[in-house]
Amino acid sequence: MHKRSFETVVTDHGATVLRVCLAVLGPTEADDAWSETFLSAMKAYPELPADANVEAWLVTIAHRKAIDVVRTAARRALPASEVPDTAPAPGADFRDLDLVAAMRQLPPKQRQAVAYHYLAGLPYTEVAGIVGGTADAVRRAAADGIATLRRTYPTVADQDAFADGAARSRASRKRRPSGAPSSTTGVSR
Amino acid sequence: MTTSDEASDLARTLQRSLPTGDEHLAALRARLAAAADAEGVLDVAYRTVDTPVGSLLLAATERGLVRIAYASENHDAVLQMLANRISPRLLHAPARLDTVATELEEYFAGDRRAFDFPLDWQLSSGFRNTVLHHLAVDVGYGQTASYSTVARLAGSPKAVRAVGTACATNPLPVVVPCHRVVRSDGSIGGYLGGIDAKRALLTLEAAA
Repeated sequence: MHKRSFETVVTDHGATVLRVCLAVLGPTEADDAWSETFLSAMKAYPELPADANVEAWLVTIAHRKAIDVVRTAARRALPASEVPDTAPAPGADFRDLDLVAAMRQLPPKQRQAVAYHYLAGLPYTEVAGIVGGTADAVRRAAADGIATLRRTYPTVADQDAFADGAARSRASRKRRPSGAPSSTTGVSR
Repeated sequence: MTTSDEASDLARTLQRSLPTGDEHLAALRARLAAAADAEGVLDVAYRTVDTPVGSLLLAATERGLVRIAYASENHDAVLQMLANRISPRLLHAPARLDTVATELEEYFAGDRRAFDFPLDWQLSSGFRNTVLHHLAVDVGYGQTASYSTVARLAGSPKAVRAVGTACATNPLPVVVPCHRVVRSDGSIGGYLGGIDAKRALLTLEAAA
């Protein structure tokens, strides 16, 4: 069985790994972690078994690189959690950026569980293999993380109403006041 | 809406708000290619160039140009072959091929008659390699030679068919000029890049 070229690996997994890095780090650190991840993966690629789960392998490396980047930043007395210069993604409104900021405020275990399970799509057992602990603990951490994000930020439905402009906003106001928390999500105050 | 649906919705929103634009990724990939080259782990670099005979794939190891492929050879298939036969540590990394691209551009403009970048011959071996070496040295710009003449030059006058095979499997067409090998009766003969490409190259060299 032949291994695919590393170019194909970057094409297939580059965006996912970048999202994972961005979810656990600030933009500048995320770029560094992404670069370190793929460089180090490229060095080791010839030894990777041809049937390995490449995405899980990359996320494992990204996880270690993210920790390194945070340590380096800490040594320079620049906390990685302080990331004021978040560049907006095309189509992202300010609430989406709030969500990213909220993600970065989560305790590390929760942030990692949400990023690796929900953004990279790895099963809980794989995530447990990367961050340590049991799959159940990871499941709980991911659930807690998601619950915090929900509590801290308005519902996705409200965000969509904002993002899609006035027409959708008006339609959504007919159902409930725009911007007000929906009764199903229990936004804490 | 169930809790897990809500979690997926939230994850989708998060996904959408994390900036992974194409330009940003392209910049990161260029940075990776440069870092990999600097650290000696870029085993194969490639790029494509547009030419009068179509898009050509160029691939180089650290030793030199290792492969040129016509579009008809299927660039994706050629890249996978390079990953299998040389190394999977292969990236789109145009910088290593800047000189090759420039010289090819000059050649197609009629301003260059010979190439002076290093070649990596590892994809060619045995008699085929001997044939291609003779072609590169003995059959100059604007000239043609018959398959039997090349067989004689390579030291095996009877190996006319083997010369045909060597040309048909030339890993470095254009640069190693198998397009200059024609039939003894003066007809153009076959070409791995197609007859039209062969005719175009011969016309170009005859005119310059």
